[in-house]
Amino acid sequence: VLDRAFKALVKKMIAGGSPHMRALGMQIVTLEDQHCVARIDYDPQLVGDAMAGVLHGGVVTSLLDSVGGIAVMAAVGMRQSLATLDLRIDYLRASTPHEPLLADVACTRLTREVAFTSGRAYNGDRDDPVATMAATYMLGTKRLPHALGGSKS
Amino acid sequence: VSAPLADALRALRAGGDYQRVLSAIPYARFLGLTATLQGDVLTTCMPPAKRLIGNPVLPALHGGPIGALLETAAILELLRQTETDRIPKPINVTVQYLRSAKVVDTFARAEITRHGRRVANVQVRAWQDDSARPVAAAQTHFLLRSAAKSGE
Repeated sequence: VLDRAFKALVKKMIAGGSPHMRALGMQIVTLEDQHCVARIDYDPQLVGDAMAGVLHGGVVTSLLDSVGGIAVMAAVGMRQSLATLDLRIDYLRASTPHEPLLADVACTRLTREVAFTSGRAYNGDRDDPVATMAATYMLGTKRLPHALGGSKS
Repeated sequence: VSAPLADALRALRAGGDYQRVLSAIPYARFLGLTATLQGDVLTTCMPPAKRLIGNPVLPALHGGPIGALLETAAILELLRQTETDRIPKPINVTVQYLRSAKVVDTFARAEITRHGRRVANVQVRAWQDDSARPVAAAQTHFLLRSAAKSGE
């Protein structure tokens, strides 16, 4: 079970540590052992097709990549320096204008070196996804200072 | 709301103004993307900015904006080489992250591997100071849409 300190650390990381997650306005909805749900509110700056008001595919990519990374850290149980190896997104439908975008990603397998994830992005209804994703991450690409939660010793 | 992009696409057809298309895409503006056409080669650039950083310790750019740069470079290349008068819709994108991306100018160039009437396959590469050392690559599929055809 994740301790409260870890959850607080991840929230702090989003709020203060990762400028891009902050720029997107990303917020954690739930954080469990190998699993993370986060959301971003609709923002006209993040639109790809101004005619339709639909979020840019890159925003969906950013959110899923970030949430996948957090799900991996949750599986490891502490903050890790990760590098995305590979990320596949299938765009199933356009994101609904003016609605928040949520992403739900699970770490499906964790090895010493590599973590596998799969997830989806959606507006209101988790069963009507905007996109599905599969991504792999390399673990421990760089040691982090203790202050950032990279090491417990 | 529909005017800026439609105008930008018309201007693109008339005079090759890629920058105007980028400024009609809000998220491309948010990322600060620029595009330059030299001869027959279109290069999209994402200048460094604090809000694009994913890991402030290294520091390294976030993978998301790199994916968005690759996707946008593919879209611009499709606009350049096809007759589509709307922004092509991505079907899927597979991004390979090859190196940690530093907080410097990141460039991307796309190549249309195959394009049929409805679907195009586009490969994109991104690099920073050395074009022989890519930081990321993407394989993408897009649905081509034309306003001339209705019912899509």
